[in-house]
Amino acid sequence: MTNWLHHIPILIVAVPLISAPICVLFTFGANRKAAWLWTLLVSWFAFLCAIYLLNHVLENGEISYHLGSWKPPLGIEYRIDLINAFVLLIVSGISAVAIPFGRLVVDREIEPDRQILFYTSYLLCLTGLLGVTITGDAFNIFVFLEISSLSSYVLIAMGVRSDRRALTAAYNYLILGTVGATFFVIGLGFLYMVTGTLNIMDLSDRLMQLADNKAVHAGYAFIIIGLALKMALFPMHVWLPNSYTYAPSLISIFLAATATKVSIYVLLRFLFTVFGFSFDFIPLTLTFIFLPLAIIAIFFGSIGAIFQTNIKRLFAYSSVAQIGYIVIGIALSNTIGLAAAVLHIFNHALIKGAIFMAAGCLVYRVGKLTTDSIRGLGKEMPWTFSALVLAGLSLIGIPTTVGFISKWYLLLGIMENGWWPLIPLIVIGSLLAVVYIWKIIEVAYFFPAPPDRAPVSEVPIELLIPLWILIGCNFYFGIQADITIGIAKEAATILLDNRP
Amino acid sequence: MLAAILDHYNYWLIIFLMMIGLYIVVSRGNLIKKIVGLNIFQTSVFLLYITIGKVNYGTAPILTGQPETFSNPLPHVLILTAIVVGIATTALGLALVVRIRESYGSIEEEDISVSEQFQAESEVNKISS
Repeated sequence: MTNWLHHIPILIVAVPLISAPICVLFTFGANRKAAWLWTLLVSWFAFLCAIYLLNHVLENGEISYHLGSWKPPLGIEYRIDLINAFVLLIVSGISAVAIPFGRLVVDREIEPDRQILFYTSYLLCLTGLLGVTITGDAFNIFVFLEISSLSSYVLIAMGVRSDRRALTAAYNYLILGTVGATFFVIGLGFLYMVTGTLNIMDLSDRLMQLADNKAVHAGYAFIIIGLALKMALFPMHVWLPNSYTYAPSLISIFLAATATKVSIYVLLRFLFTVFGFSFDFIPLTLTFIFLPLAIIAIFFGSIGAIFQTNIKRLFAYSSVAQIGYIVIGIALSNTIGLAAAVLHIFNHALIKGAIFMAAGCLVYRVGKLTTDSIRGLGKEMPWTFSALVLAGLSLIGIPTTVGFISKWYLLLGIMENGWWPLIPLIVIGSLLAVVYIWKIIEVAYFFPAPPDRAPVSEVPIELLIPLWILIGCNFYFGIQADITIGIAKEAATILLDNRP
Repeated sequence: MLAAILDHYNYWLIIFLMMIGLYIVVSRGNLIKKIVGLNIFQTSVFLLYITIGKVNYGTAPILTGQPETFSNPLPHVLILTAIVVGIATTALGLALVVRIRESYGSIEEEDISVSEQFQAESEVNKISS
């Protein structure tokens, strides 16, 4: 038994990977429900593995798993510390809640003969995201990043049944995503050229002595820009709004909650573990490039969100703003700031997961999601809209919600660095969030329903349960925040450990 | 100076290709041409990896029993993976272009954005009317 548990780090990636081609076999019986059930089981298995790994790391410290028993740095190593165990939990957890939600919405939004292939791509996307998070090998990160990206292009394009713009959204994401991933590989090439290794721990050791090497600096720049594209940091966010808007509901939930977060995790890993402040201009890039871009992202995203009429698009813009908050935490690069960033990765996944799930419920009932199509729906769909409002409050950062916890820690981190001018900016950013959430509340609750609309009923309970589980998490982790704060603080300490 | 450039001619070629590829991706409006540009860009990276694996006077890394200098095989292996990724990206991109042409009747970015604009406006009008 213990032997089997020892292999969990590889199983959490290998099981979704192998189950993807098995899922294709369901086409022979044209059994859509079996494919869904299969995806559900795999997601729950991954979630259990992630819980086990996080527990194991909390109790016994880092896990280093050697693939095929080849010793690192020659062999590929899966290295799990508190940070990636936490991100694994986020990715698999969101998947475990989203798939039960998915059956009805997928039935509605995807052609029946495509659904099995849809679940196959979904499993591949899950594999990719889990793989990026767990691996300790830099080139492996690229491969898994491409697995998740390629499958997410396919998944986004499957929204074409409701709107043809899903195709162009997927195409633009494909071009930009590939440019981003290629930049990342160029950067890795530079690092490999100088160090001759791809293992993250080994890279970090060898880069300590190479602080003045020009090739390392070039590699740093390429990697950072590539990752900034993947995580949709402000001027490189152009692929995000359309992708989230026109993707099928299940994919909007999954990608909005996890995909950009995983890229942020990789950025954290490279900034702090691999480069680890081995040369001076890392703090400079954080203060003079990342911080201004993050502030612009908050304002651009929030103001952009206010002017949207499509609700999914509105929240996609708000995602751009939320990435800004996380990046401010990273740019602070003190323990509290980094803890705020890690916390917000988790909290934002809960918030955006809940919001896009509520949006999925609305799509299920009214189809096109414009502010006019939800006029007066608040009374007809009370459970969906109260969930949307509660998640919105969490997004704004009302006390007792998770949004408050991460913003509070962000403010503490800012005070520690003494960057006072940032505080009003963050408060104004939150007020802008009030504006766009209010816009939805106003339309849904205070506008009369158009007289010619047929009465709309509440969505089935099967959709409401996962939605309310996420809303519950939003409040549970907002009140019982000790668990997540403890993990985030510890994670921040690990990240900053490499600092000379 | 000239010698420094000539000695590293392979890198200069790679940078040249890289910039051509990236420029095509950014500047062309034709969706197929963008994918061609993306391919050139990716290929330049493959060449970058292959060229850093080469050792002067090294042979192919085959186990012969005799101590010889041989090229580093690892970059080749990495690039095999990257080539597969590149092919998958190209195939998917072209498949998307086919579908885009079916639903928009064009593969020029300008035409597509005009018809998307039109679609967005007609949605707004439908609501307000």
